[in-house]
Amino acid sequence: MSSNAIKTRTAPVRRRSAQQRAEGWRGWLFAAPTAVIVVVLFVVPLLLVFQMSASDWPLLGGNKGLNVPENFTDAVANRFFWNAVGFTLLYTVITTVILLGLALGLALLVQESTRWKGFLRTAILIPSALGLASASLLFYVLYSPIAGPFAGLMNDLGFTFLGTPEGALWSTVFLIVWRYAGFYMLLMLVGLQAIPDEVYEAARIDGASRWQTFRSVTVPLLKPTIAMTMVLCITGSLLAFEQFYILTKGGPDNSTITVVQLIYSVAFQGPNNLGVAAALSVIVLAALVVINIAQIRVFNDKEPK
Amino acid sequence: MARIKGRLGRIAAVTVAGALAVTLAACSSGGGGGAAAPADIPATGTDDGSTLTLWTRAPLEKQAKLLVEAYNASHENQVDLTVVPNDDYVAKVGAAAGANGLPDLFAADIVYAPNWASQGLWKDITTQIDGLEYKDDLNKGHLAAGTVDDKEYVVPFVLDLSMLFWNKELFKEAGLDPEKAPANLEEFADAAKKIQALNKPGTYGTATGLNCGGCLVFTWFPSVWADGDQVLSDDGLESLLNSDTAKKVYDTWKDLYDSGAVLPSSTDEAGPTWTAGFTEGKVGLQFYPATLLSSTPFDAGVSGIPGPEGGQSTFVGGDGIGISKDSEKSAQAWNFLSWLTSEDAQVGVLAKNGDAVARGDLASNQYSEADPRLVTINEVAAEGQTPLALNFQQAFNAPSSPWLTLVRNAVLDGGGSVDADNDEITAVLSQ
Repeated sequence: MSSNAIKTRTAPVRRRSAQQRAEGWRGWLFAAPTAVIVVVLFVVPLLLVFQMSASDWPLLGGNKGLNVPENFTDAVANRFFWNAVGFTLLYTVITTVILLGLALGLALLVQESTRWKGFLRTAILIPSALGLASASLLFYVLYSPIAGPFAGLMNDLGFTFLGTPEGALWSTVFLIVWRYAGFYMLLMLVGLQAIPDEVYEAARIDGASRWQTFRSVTVPLLKPTIAMTMVLCITGSLLAFEQFYILTKGGPDNSTITVVQLIYSVAFQGPNNLGVAAALSVIVLAALVVINIAQIRVFNDKEPK
Repeated sequence: MARIKGRLGRIAAVTVAGALAVTLAACSSGGGGGAAAPADIPATGTDDGSTLTLWTRAPLEKQAKLLVEAYNASHENQVDLTVVPNDDYVAKVGAAAGANGLPDLFAADIVYAPNWASQGLWKDITTQIDGLEYKDDLNKGHLAAGTVDDKEYVVPFVLDLSMLFWNKELFKEAGLDPEKAPANLEEFADAAKKIQALNKPGTYGTATGLNCGGCLVFTWFPSVWADGDQVLSDDGLESLLNSDTAKKVYDTWKDLYDSGAVLPSSTDEAGPTWTAGFTEGKVGLQFYPATLLSSTPFDAGVSGIPGPEGGQSTFVGGDGIGISKDSEKSAQAWNFLSWLTSEDAQVGVLAKNGDAVARGDLASNQYSEADPRLVTINEVAAEGQTPLALNFQQAFNAPSSPWLTLVRNAVLDGGGSVDADNDEITAVLSQ
């Protein structure tokens, strides 16, 4: 913009450029607070992680010099690496399908019902006000075979929520659905309300059934919202940590180790190797960038231009 | 958006907190042990009214508080105690070590001491420890764990011994002799089954933490030692946990588990509540930490942990303590450590609270005479062991440790994979 402006306006060059320089400075001044935050809290840490991933860096010993590519080969050779990748993908697919399906259903329900709208919306949204760690602690107690309210029931039936790999996975999925359904419902609701009434009216006049309206009007017009929630949900699930850290600690029998949990355990629980942990972080970062680019591509291609 | 930002932010924060911290320190300490404390420290240190900081982990909170209170009451120096949750302790010490922000004194689970000492987190206090006239009476396991290349870094802070505790009331009800300890692992299992056979609702024969590597190390290793076997090679690089004795231990527990005499929540117990069942009187007998003797509200019998063939042993655990590499008050910190090993602290605080003393010459004292169980504990302590290995945390205590896999396969599943699982432990130990 600014360079174009300079090129086209040739007459009063000096005055203009001085003014523009002043404006440029002012612009930088306005941007500075954000820029500082971004640099200090994002760019510097990111560079540090890259440096760490290339260094032999024990938690207790500090930087001990270059260690490439050993950190990366060690990271991939970790005996839980492929299990963690597999489990994280499985968990991501399950939560994304359930959460988005449920969120869309709830959003339609809330939009359709007129009398209970406010109550429903609040009731579904309330769990979102709870931090994920607090919610996980709450469910830890609920699922506890000693302290939980279902302890007696579990005793009689001889099962525990977190005792088997499947149980632990689904118990955690339940927690996440409970915690995030409201949030995604809200996003869907915003998308739904952005669809103009006229389109629905036209569909009604054309004699479309409810299902036809949903399939041919709602879903296509909701596509941007679905794309956004899907990116959010997939990214969030791939980075799952708190819920598993608190509820299962990766157990039982190492069946619920997610990739981020693996990073944490390599850094702090045993190997105490920040170098390998950072290498894992870099791998995850790369994977996330690729996955998100792919998702955005897919949704963009389908949209009519 | 908040969700993504929150998560990315947290990951960045985790990696970055470490990164920032460690970069600052990158140029300081190297491997191979810490620097020596100044040589001119008086024999009992300096008591000049300085404030010392001390970190320890939550399981030993009670003892640490009593010790610090007693020290503060009798000295000019004041110790400022910070108690950190067990699971966060390594991460906290790691971050502080990187930032050169370690407190003057900090304790470590004694099984981590070999690693931390060789990383140079403590000052070399060989001269000071050798100057103690009762050095030969100090617990050898703890001293050995804190010695690297003949340099000594650690003295015993609080000893935690694993002992067999039994509920005398439940023993009586089950027709067992409440004054007699099971002589071997088989009798232990029989007693558990008999108490289970009482069919009292909510009462179980025994309990353990089958998803807690640390608990299992603490309570099952002694059964192997009791029969004269070892769990690790001397250099700590090889696991011997597939010996016949060890296999007998797993088999006994599998039998107990299958017979339903083990508290059901033990299956997934990851540590936080592994002793709760016994303390509440719901469990007949259990391998249990001796530090909880004073918190056990009912009449409990105490003996060493038996092996399959008889004999008894204990895991000499607990925490060792040293002066951190970052302390600028070594002389004052040594004052606390020399007091800690003195009769005033060992008998006047620890024995009084019903804890084991770290000095053999004080094993029988005025308090142990009043409670013969303390004599038992102190005597078994002399026969106990502390396993030494650099990669102990990763091999045994970590939530995803191969040791946990071995035990869970052997007890919860069919067994039969002990040898292969043992190789996995060796692989981690020898890294």
